[in-house]
Amino acid sequence: MLLEVENLSVYYDSIQALKGISLQVDSGELVTIVGSNGAGKTTTLLTISGILRPRRGTVCFQGQDITRLAPHEIVRRGISHCPEGRQIFTGLTVLENLLMGAYHRQDRDQMARDLVWVQDLFPVLAARRRQLAGTLSGGEQQMLAIARALMSRPKVLLLDEPSLGLAPMLVDTIFEVIQQLRAQGVTILLVEQNAYQALRIADRAYVLETGVIKLSGPVQELARNEEVKKAYLGG
Amino acid sequence: MFSLPYVAQQVVNGLTLGSIYALVAIGLTIVYGILRLINFAHGDLLMVGAYLALALLLNTALPLGAAVLLPMIVVGGVGVLVERLAYRPLRGAPEVAMLITSLAVSSVIQNGTIMTLSAQPRAFRLPQGLIAQHQVGVVSFSTLDAVSVALAVGLMALLTLFVTRTRVGIAMRACAENLRAARLMGININQVIAYAFAIGSALAAAAGFMWAGRFGSIEPFMGFLPGLKAFVAAVIGGIGSIPGAMLGGYLLGFAEIFFVGFLPPELSGYRDAFVFALLLLVLLVRPRGLLATGVEREG
Repeated sequence: MLLEVENLSVYYDSIQALKGISLQVDSGELVTIVGSNGAGKTTTLLTISGILRPRRGTVCFQGQDITRLAPHEIVRRGISHCPEGRQIFTGLTVLENLLMGAYHRQDRDQMARDLVWVQDLFPVLAARRRQLAGTLSGGEQQMLAIARALMSRPKVLLLDEPSLGLAPMLVDTIFEVIQQLRAQGVTILLVEQNAYQALRIADRAYVLETGVIKLSGPVQELARNEEVKKAYLGG
Repeated sequence: MFSLPYVAQQVVNGLTLGSIYALVAIGLTIVYGILRLINFAHGDLLMVGAYLALALLLNTALPLGAAVLLPMIVVGGVGVLVERLAYRPLRGAPEVAMLITSLAVSSVIQNGTIMTLSAQPRAFRLPQGLIAQHQVGVVSFSTLDAVSVALAVGLMALLTLFVTRTRVGIAMRACAENLRAARLMGININQVIAYAFAIGSALAAAAGFMWAGRFGSIEPFMGFLPGLKAFVAAVIGGIGSIPGAMLGGYLLGFAEIFFVGFLPPELSGYRDAFVFALLLLVLLVRPRGLLATGVEREG
């Protein structure tokens, strides 16, 4: 297993947000966590990234326990996080944002190639490299956020609600890019409220409800499940 | 009513005082930008810098440049140390806890200086070379004035290059905008924060030399006033913004000098009151300061 989360419990003060969840992501997989608002999806990703500290449970990456590592150490090991709400650096240029995504890297040649790679994925960014990121449209900002996360050359990409607040056409574009990345061999853990789209492109899924994993399995199975249909796919 | 040389003299005064405020304000603003900490101990590092400079001038035959540069390096280190010992353990605590801690740090530095060096003011005698007066047209100034302004402008140019051209400098701007996103990108925020304290403290030490040279004596509480004024300058410029701190510093320097220089002498006792009135006025019109970026960070 590339990424293995075991029995994770996370609290915000006295409120328990995650109640002992376990999940795995294997190399090359596209795994999604679906669930409604407040189910603990973002909390799960932030705990994997080391921003939140679990009270119990472990996160293992490539067989090593990374539960207590600092966030920048976790990025260095190969986990990159594209946060909810984009959170690009609006006062920095597009290019500077991309460079920040590659902050820890020393391999200048490969970095230059990766810059070309992400700008091929999102041609609009190439045209706007010198522009302040705050001047981009919402969809462009989301593309920048994904491109920035890719600049660390992650072994696993954590994607938090990439479709949130985007026009339907842009949602399609973003999901196309996710599929493209997966085809290129990038392992992805995708968190989405848009369960329809997420289940359409993923290999496996976890259904998270108020801090507990209710269901998990290959997406074809889940999509046939009556509960899932009713709760997340509009009947 | 005012002679031209007199006006020119006020402009020179405004420039030198503004340079000092700007240098001190930069340190306050970069630390505030990242940590949301109003560092009340910042002015005391200016004092430490001035004492170190005096010690070098009195006890060594080092060239003048060294009397400016060495204190900058040492005080930069002190700033990093203070962050490591006093502020880092409070990371994640409410902002007010850090603010009160900075008051405590200020008290420790001031009283530590009194205990080891006494509270007596000491004469800060500049080497002959710096006192020499020059006359260019109607403008007259000392070598210290010229060196102060040139050094301040040079340091600010270097800082601007640093935050726009280097990896750590760009990361510093990223951290100031969104600390959590910066951590998610793999930026080691402890390293960036250490840089911020080192740079800010070194600039304060340079300002300490200028301040001491300008007023001719130093004492353990000398950092309070420039620290407070620089804070006003940073807020006027838009706290968190480096260009804002520079602009605010010079604005305040000029405003203060012009107030004293061009209004009736009876009013000059109100110099500090005027500074704060100016702050209130700016905040009434632009509540977030002149060059605020308009980006508000969530908790």
